[in-house]
Amino acid sequence: MTDRERTMSRAMVDAIAHEMRENEEVFVMGEDVADYEGIFDSTTGLREEFGYDRVMDVPISETAFIGAGVGAAQSGMRPIVELMFADFFGVAMDQIYNNMAKNTYMSGGNVSVPMTLMTAVGGTYNDAAQHSQTLYGTFAHLPGMKVVVPSTAYDAKGLMHNAIRDDDPVVYMFHKRLMGLGWMPAPDGPKTPVPEEDYTIPFGSADVKREGDDVTVVTLGLHVHRALEAAEELADEVDVEVIDLRTLVPLDTETILESVRKTGNLVVVDEDYQSFGVTGEITARVAEAALEDLEGVKRLAIPDVPIPYARPLENEVLPGTDDIVQTIRSLDPVRSLSP
Amino acid sequence: MYEWMVTARYYEERLQEEYLEGKQPAFDISAGPIPGELHLAAGHESSAAGVVSHLRDSDTVTAPHRPHHVAIAKGVDLDRMTAEIFGRETGLGKGKGGHMHLFDPDVNFACSGIIAQGVPPAVGAALAAKKRNTDDIAVAFLGEGAIDQGAFLESLNLAKVQDLPVVFVIEDNDWAISMPKERITDVQDGSRRGEGHDIPHERVGHDDAVEVFEAAREAIGRARDDNGPSILEVQVHRRMGHFMGDAEAYRPEEDKEAAQMRDSIERLEATMEDAGITADERDSIRTDAQERVDDAIAWAKDQPEPEPDAAYEDVFTNPPSGVTDAEPATDGGETQ
Repeated sequence: MTDRERTMSRAMVDAIAHEMRENEEVFVMGEDVADYEGIFDSTTGLREEFGYDRVMDVPISETAFIGAGVGAAQSGMRPIVELMFADFFGVAMDQIYNNMAKNTYMSGGNVSVPMTLMTAVGGTYNDAAQHSQTLYGTFAHLPGMKVVVPSTAYDAKGLMHNAIRDDDPVVYMFHKRLMGLGWMPAPDGPKTPVPEEDYTIPFGSADVKREGDDVTVVTLGLHVHRALEAAEELADEVDVEVIDLRTLVPLDTETILESVRKTGNLVVVDEDYQSFGVTGEITARVAEAALEDLEGVKRLAIPDVPIPYARPLENEVLPGTDDIVQTIRSLDPVRSLSP
Repeated sequence: MYEWMVTARYYEERLQEEYLEGKQPAFDISAGPIPGELHLAAGHESSAAGVVSHLRDSDTVTAPHRPHHVAIAKGVDLDRMTAEIFGRETGLGKGKGGHMHLFDPDVNFACSGIIAQGVPPAVGAALAAKKRNTDDIAVAFLGEGAIDQGAFLESLNLAKVQDLPVVFVIEDNDWAISMPKERITDVQDGSRRGEGHDIPHERVGHDDAVEVFEAAREAIGRARDDNGPSILEVQVHRRMGHFMGDAEAYRPEEDKEAAQMRDSIERLEATMEDAGITADERDSIRTDAQERVDDAIAWAKDQPEPEPDAAYEDVFTNPPSGVTDAEPATDGGETQ
């Protein structure tokens, strides 16, 4: 580990550039990825180093260029395709969930689709219902894609190395608020030391970002940092463990179960819609496997409304640090801290 | 070309027989030896034969949901393709794809069950060929009912703006399921979609395989010589319903009869006759083709069905750790 600090966007780009240097078959394709350098700084500097042939701006034709990514991947290349906002995936959904995700299975494993589809997710900046969704659950629900959600620069780099090297399609969802953009300040936390050399973080390895004995908070993306803030705020009252899922597919159920068996209390926090989503999935898995260890369960997510525009409205529906604090308190966990 | 065409026609006739077994007298889609829907392409043979004649194994072809004639011309393994259609373990996709989802990476063949959605991956294969600096090309087959889809129109633009070696082949059989062509478009020549993108285009107005061959030579030559995409439309005919079991109540009787009357195979036979190829020589080709088909069907039917546990395999090429084969994803363990 080095002390060299990086923003999350810089760490992601470092990984992409490294893979592009190592492997001629890796290229980047998307809207505004070359000259604009990615609207969320996800491709900064790549065009300068690699040129337009390997960092391709494309027409606003999501079906065509995501589908072309599938075709290039099936031909053995390793495309990294960016579609700015997860909210926009609907226009190209057939290519994503019928081709990218299913061709391996339908071919009986004879076809691989080694493609990374990256996109920005999340609200907290008043951009309303078509530019603020996370939709984690949508992509994790559909089989055939690995789904990655980093919360720190260190994780973002290691997971990106993995995503590009993986022989399967990976949906890499980064939260705008964590990227370290000049125009969208990040909370403390995502900017971390990042080694210069390459390293991978295995998919399906959740990270215990904070250890604790009383309550397990399971979350991902931006809400890892909000949960950590909440845990600090409650430090005198209750000992909170915070688990960062890091990948939704595969999902590291074991780490969650181990924690819940220790604490007996589970809170799942998600920036996606509540119904049929990540919070339901995690609580169901825990209920199936560790019901007898469970004293209390709560979930906190967007309460099934489209994300509103006006600040007080968006604040109301997005789970904030205060909401997490209250939810943990509402479980009334037995305090295990020494007096 | 003749061999591929008679193979494809006989293959579909045989599949039709097999498909209807157990599904009659009252049509029951879930009965009989061939599962699911079956979309046959009898009457489309000339487009596949004329176009694919110019291709090699390293060129990529994507076909739509009516893929058999194209697959046969492209050299897809007939035995394994048939086993796939019968849902057998030794099929191209181990019985997971079925007739609309045939993949044979050995000859770079793929197809999609969704209208027009096989087109963007063909553009991607062409992009890969260009990036790797090979002279391989890609061909996307689609129906005339698919050319109003965004996937096709976006692909035309992307292929043109990137100068990609891809040929879009429109098979115009006059019917988009139950919608006759005149009710879905005022543009009778679908290849003219190329005009809006400055893409060279040509329509072959009848299913003459030789004429398709000539037109395809030009389009494919352009792609192979790095001169960008082309569109080729071929008038074909739908000799059967949209899918097996389609009673075609929407289709005028005279249209059905007309489709039966026009026959690209008979047309090619007349051409061969003029060229001095005897009926005996043609019969010999036809007999060999039929034998090959019969053998493939017999072999396929003799293959085992997949073990139920195989349903959990092949979701990923590189299964995540914790995911074990033959393990359902609902046991609360570290799976998915």
